[in-house]
Amino acid sequence: MPHRVFSPSRLGAITANTLTELTRQKVFYVLLVFALVLIGSSLFMARLTFQQEFQVLKDISLGAMSIFLSLLAIVATARLLPQDVEDRTLYTILAKPVPRFEYIAGRLLGVLLLLAISAALMSLLFFAVLYLRQQSAIAETLRQFAGQPQGAVTEAVNTVRSATFNTNLLPGIAVIYLKACVLASLTLFVSTFATTNIFTVFVTVVVYFIGHLQGIAREFWLQESAGGWLSRTFLALVALLFPDLQLFNLADEIIAGGAIPIAVFGKTLALGGFYIVLYLLLATAVFIGKEL
Amino acid sequence: MKRTALIALAVLACGAAKLPIEQAVAATQAESRVTAPRVGIDLREQAGQLGFVAALSGFRSLVADVLFIQAYVAWERTEWSRVLMLFRPVTTLQPRSVLFWDMAAWHMAWNAGNAALNNPAQPRLALRIKEQREYLELGKDFLERGIKNNPERPQLYEALARLYRDKYKDHARAAEYFALAATKPGAPSYAKRFAAYELSYVEGREQEAYDRLLRLYSSGEQERLPTLISRLKFLEDKLNIPVDQRIPEPAR
Repeated sequence: MPHRVFSPSRLGAITANTLTELTRQKVFYVLLVFALVLIGSSLFMARLTFQQEFQVLKDISLGAMSIFLSLLAIVATARLLPQDVEDRTLYTILAKPVPRFEYIAGRLLGVLLLLAISAALMSLLFFAVLYLRQQSAIAETLRQFAGQPQGAVTEAVNTVRSATFNTNLLPGIAVIYLKACVLASLTLFVSTFATTNIFTVFVTVVVYFIGHLQGIAREFWLQESAGGWLSRTFLALVALLFPDLQLFNLADEIIAGGAIPIAVFGKTLALGGFYIVLYLLLATAVFIGKEL
Repeated sequence: MKRTALIALAVLACGAAKLPIEQAVAATQAESRVTAPRVGIDLREQAGQLGFVAALSGFRSLVADVLFIQAYVAWERTEWSRVLMLFRPVTTLQPRSVLFWDMAAWHMAWNAGNAALNNPAQPRLALRIKEQREYLELGKDFLERGIKNNPERPQLYEALARLYRDKYKDHARAAEYFALAATKPGAPSYAKRFAAYELSYVEGREQEAYDRLLRLYSSGEQERLPTLISRLKFLEDKLNIPVDQRIPEPAR
């Protein structure tokens, strides 16, 4: 059978293997912590009115989702390459006719799949808690409105419903997942030239923080003419080297009750896809030249 | 070495390629008002060092919630200055959250204002009223800034109308803001009616109020509520409306 430059089945095998490896490392314990955060925060929220409660619940849930998915993306990806070198499994894989691009892409896809499963489970947990709280708020509203005209009761119940679920929560979660995917791809790129996985985690966390300020640096560099050459060079380097992670923070607007226009959502998805492919290609370029 | 230089160059070239895309996405988001304004340096003093860093790292809403919960606790302890100090960063961090503006204004104008007016530690009524006025102004300021940040949502217009109606007894302004609330998408059905009620109390604008109330009355049975009928009756008397043009007396 002739050897093909690119084989989806080889890619699938590496992806599945990566997912199995990560699952065995009990990364899903993160979900347990997520559940505890939700339950813990709801203890305080019993004191709030339903509108405050739902806003805080959504904020905490989506914020926790963002933190846990980002951490999972960084920590799970950072150890993949060093671990393979340490266990010598990398040599076994590359001794077979597996192109290095496929190996890198397969590893990344495995992490993205793990993130997708985690995001789906967290979302299910979040929606379940939100639904339970909604039902209890509706029951309380019906009790308070007992004997009132039907129109007033319906309006009150609809207010509770609209404060709980809105379809915009789904694009919000999608963008949080996308941000975690960008971080996974970036971590993989860093790990191709890093010597230890602690260094990879450290560098990615630094990039994470700077990435949230990249937009400010970019705007100042492109629009402001003031400042010396030194500060302008610094701003240019920040703008060129780092991704703009602030553009993936759309959840705040969704929680505040706003809607994300399709054009904004589409462009943000496209930007995320662009970053993922960019860092994947850079990771491949470094990995191909690496002496193993 | 040569390879490292090539990769560094490739990273910079890719960085240059991504700039226009990032600019385009940022512009679209800014146009649609889906991104919060930038965090200013003054927030560092208000939210603390950790909160400031968290806000810069994309967790503005979480920081806002933590501060909101602190403000809630401060409210339970009736520490009004602390409530004010905490609501300022909360609304700065989440300017698109109508709830936070509304709560901040309510705490200032209603809770802190009433507490100031009934402050047993201050024997002089004039000073108590002065302090209450200051809290009312703070509440009004929160609502006005909230409206600037959320001009398309009806809730804050309505809250400002209530403030003018219940605290300032300024019925003209109350009517104006209820009417503005009624023009916004998702406005409650009563906003238009309340605007007409308030106008009926304004000296010199009785005819305008009468026309509006009559229009509402004629629009259908669902608008013929006791308050609307009583305000119409009051205006009919005041404007000397001919008997044959008056609405029928409500059934007793």
